[in-house]
Amino acid sequence: MALDPSSLVDPIFGRLSLDSLPLHEPILVATFAAVAIGGMALLAVVTRQKLWGYLWAEWITSIDHKRIGIMYMILGIVMLLRGFADAIMMRLQQAMAFGGSEGYLNAHHYDQIFTAHGVIMIFFVAMPLVTGLMNYIVPLQIGARDVAFPFLNNFSFWMTTAGAVLVMISLFVGEFARTGWLAYPPLSGIQYSPDVGVDYYIWALQIAGVGTLLSGVNLLATIIKMRAPGMTLMKMPVFTWTALCTNVLIVAAFPVLTAVLVLLSLDRYVGTNFFTSDFGGSPMMYVNLIWIWGHPEVYILILPIFGIFSEVTSTFSGKKLFGYSSMVYATVVITILSYIVWLHHFFTMGSGASVNSFFGITTMIISIPTGAKIFNWLFTMYRGRIRFELPMMWTVAFMLTFVIGGMTGVLLAVPPADFVLHNSLFLVAHFHNVIIGGVVFGLFAGIVYWFPKAFGFRLDPFWGKVSFWCWVVGFYIAFMPLYVLGLMGVTRRLRYFEDPSLQIWFVIAAFGAVLILFGILAFLVQIYVSIRRRHELRDTSGDPWDGRTLEWSTSSPPPAYNFAFTPIIHDGDAWWDMKQRGYQRPQSGFRAILMPRNTGAGFVLAVLCTIFGFAMVWYLWWLAIASFVGIVGYALWHTFNYDREFHLSLDEVVRAENERTQLLAARS
Amino acid sequence: MNRLRILALLPLCAVLAACDMVVLNPSGDIAAQQRDLLVVSTVLMLLIIVPVMALTLFFAWRYRASNREARYEPDWHHSMRLELVIWSAPLLIIICLGAITWLGTHLLDPYRPLDRIHAGKAVPEQAQPLEVQVVALDWKWLFIYPEQGIATVNELAVPVDRPLSLSITASSVMNSLYIPELAGMIYAMPGMETKLHAVLNRHGESEGFSANYSGAGFSGMRFRLRGLDDGEFANWVESARTAQASLTRETYLELEKPSEKEPVRHFAAVDAQLFDAVLGMCVQPGKMCMHDMMAIDAKGGLGLGGVYNVARSTESRPRAVFGAAHDYVIGMCTAPVSRGEDETAPFARVDRSPLRGAGLTPAVGPASAGLYGVRLKPDLQSDLHADLTVPR
Repeated sequence: MALDPSSLVDPIFGRLSLDSLPLHEPILVATFAAVAIGGMALLAVVTRQKLWGYLWAEWITSIDHKRIGIMYMILGIVMLLRGFADAIMMRLQQAMAFGGSEGYLNAHHYDQIFTAHGVIMIFFVAMPLVTGLMNYIVPLQIGARDVAFPFLNNFSFWMTTAGAVLVMISLFVGEFARTGWLAYPPLSGIQYSPDVGVDYYIWALQIAGVGTLLSGVNLLATIIKMRAPGMTLMKMPVFTWTALCTNVLIVAAFPVLTAVLVLLSLDRYVGTNFFTSDFGGSPMMYVNLIWIWGHPEVYILILPIFGIFSEVTSTFSGKKLFGYSSMVYATVVITILSYIVWLHHFFTMGSGASVNSFFGITTMIISIPTGAKIFNWLFTMYRGRIRFELPMMWTVAFMLTFVIGGMTGVLLAVPPADFVLHNSLFLVAHFHNVIIGGVVFGLFAGIVYWFPKAFGFRLDPFWGKVSFWCWVVGFYIAFMPLYVLGLMGVTRRLRYFEDPSLQIWFVIAAFGAVLILFGILAFLVQIYVSIRRRHELRDTSGDPWDGRTLEWSTSSPPPAYNFAFTPIIHDGDAWWDMKQRGYQRPQSGFRAILMPRNTGAGFVLAVLCTIFGFAMVWYLWWLAIASFVGIVGYALWHTFNYDREFHLSLDEVVRAENERTQLLAARS
Repeated sequence: MNRLRILALLPLCAVLAACDMVVLNPSGDIAAQQRDLLVVSTVLMLLIIVPVMALTLFFAWRYRASNREARYEPDWHHSMRLELVIWSAPLLIIICLGAITWLGTHLLDPYRPLDRIHAGKAVPEQAQPLEVQVVALDWKWLFIYPEQGIATVNELAVPVDRPLSLSITASSVMNSLYIPELAGMIYAMPGMETKLHAVLNRHGESEGFSANYSGAGFSGMRFRLRGLDDGEFANWVESARTAQASLTRETYLELEKPSEKEPVRHFAAVDAQLFDAVLGMCVQPGKMCMHDMMAIDAKGGLGLGGVYNVARSTESRPRAVFGAAHDYVIGMCTAPVSRGEDETAPFARVDRSPLRGAGLTPAVGPASAGLYGVRLKPDLQSDLHADLTVPR
């Protein structure tokens, strides 16, 4: 489509016009109606129950790492629904579009869906869920009262949310990118994607990326500087170790993403030629740079999950983790190696044989520490006394599923094999195998495991098991056919097919996706039922699983200050060690505690950033300038806010601690 | 749980046997060797994957809490011997796999000319590979046969058992040329040339397509691959030569415009310089080719004069909102592009049998692969004369 830029930029409305609203797409109109009605109902309930003040004071402005962790989890679950809606639409389309039929989605819509699915699932589902768990658990595991920079934590969360909001806006105002989740140029350049889609992509990721980076800095500082006395690095819980490595990866990798997106924006906004094919630009540079971020990103997601499995296996086997130090070294080795494998994402781009085999072999080497981890969990189970509660079920399912994904991953690391499988559905099956079989299973294990810590009651096991079986069986039915299709030479991102013999596999895969849908629904029902039955499921001990690490030494939910006295650490499994040695909880001698004060600054800045991003997407220059000035001005003004701390009075500490004393006394 | 899973797999096995997995049963020697590597690697890894899965299930069952007969050692958490095993077993497998990878990657490098037709047959001494130039367009494939002087859209006919040498580029965005029956894929990128050497060993028709998403018409970007014997191929060439149309730069510019699901078309004649012009992104008359630009830049550029050596493009295409209008650099050197000497030199082959040393035997031709293995045009410094150098 030929566009003349000068006529496009209205000084007031930029590119925005009534045509930007996708009124011709019935699916989107219906979605919008549903979202609008649901949203209104929610707002009405909040207003009716007079919850606005409570939400503002206790949640939105909260700088308590536990509240922020919970908000991250809610963000991730909400976005999971959006990302999964995209997934099931794709599965439906591919199961239908055979024999001359083009299915029910046109290219314009379908191509946005697969892009949005990838972007949302990685950036706004997996990342918030992983960050949320780290946020909640890490300070508790190291015996800290909060993260190092509590305000920054709140700001990071709202920036991540701002990115998610921009992606959601793109659903109803304009469109999202039609480029695939990494937006390779030249396709994502202004010449081939002149519309707002790629701009939404860029600004959503840039804004959310600020949040992720700052949260990485924060947790890194927390783990390095705020461990309880006695907790040397080699006495840290494994989950904290993996969180440390993940945050090192975040801090080192995300700036690369920021830089490469800045270059892409320059190409799109001011006509530079970094990634165009002519005038000296090179799209291959983009592909290299984005994967230099992209590959560590994979490990950013999976490392903390490995930590969750370590905690769960050890707790439910009633045993110390087998090979703690080899687990730690394996984590560190993976962290380092994850930086020298990025080229395996594009062996087929014509790198020489030596370059390809170098990156192929480094990739395979990663499987050695990963394999060692699997063995470590295996030998933790060995001579244990395994309680098959839900977290442990997820762990066993993970161990069986993940090794298959690992195997196909190493297969794809053999460059000549990659030449026949690259970009095929085999690849799609592989990364869903490790992301669902690894990250998602691990997140569920983590959520079920730590839910009683956060809320004081367990999750209902029946609905949890329904969810578990739907997910596990659904995963196999949805993705094993994709392996087969990959071997049949079917490539990814196709909208319709000619060969009718392929259809049966897509139908099976769609059926699997429906099962996963039931898994998600059962999970939501599980939460609902558990809240209804919270009194039966109540845990007053603070340690429902007979845990081993420090978070289980506090009450559930922990008080705002986490620990009235900073614990002193003597052994790796600190809480287990304390229990073995007959630890007596102190019941007197409390003091007032200095706490950080809540602030709305993070929220305000994130709202301004959302407006700024929206303005940049639509070329609303006046609004972009105004909101940018607002961001800088407000941030400066906030630096003069000296009222950032308060003392939690002795009375309140005593009251909270006495309550806990009584609860514990009532148990025994 | 696992029993269920196995049950679920049973019907799959039945269907699996029925379906045609082209990647596991290709018609080309290169694809077949890639398949072999795939199978060998899988078997190697199963050596460790199967015991791990079995042990997982066994331990999960054996050490369940309700089984009071199993030993329980809550404090046992270290064993040097076990640690050695769990680190060295995967290590050994990866060493084997790494060695196979190193060899396989070099031997099956798409840039490396073939030395065998199939397992039992080496490439004959004087055999010339069939050259085909491939251009990925929005959203169709253009194949140029420089020897035969013909071109086709969405149809690639090749003689069976004759080595092929494909030179691949693209007109606008990135695509990937993938013909599962023939050989693994390689990206097709604008302004860059990638290579693929392969051979088809069986008659018959199959399909090739783009394996990298390239925009709205991507799903329909498929072409027919026809494996013909020499006689049939000659006939096919003859019939293509009777086609009405011929592929000039003007027809190419027309063809280049985005279109979907293009039918097969033949062109009786082709502008001999067309592929190089596409590669140099200078099919439009008057535009300077990339390789000329690079050669000039390598000599220090045109200096300030270069600023004025531009013309406003007449095509209206989207541009950056704060960007300059579309200018292009005016071509000044009309000397025909020479294909590198490695193309004209007699076809030399690599002896693959004694594999030596780290780098193995180098592939044929001068070391022309750049950082990314993309061969840049030989620089034209010698052709550019002093009159191009603007005094500063």
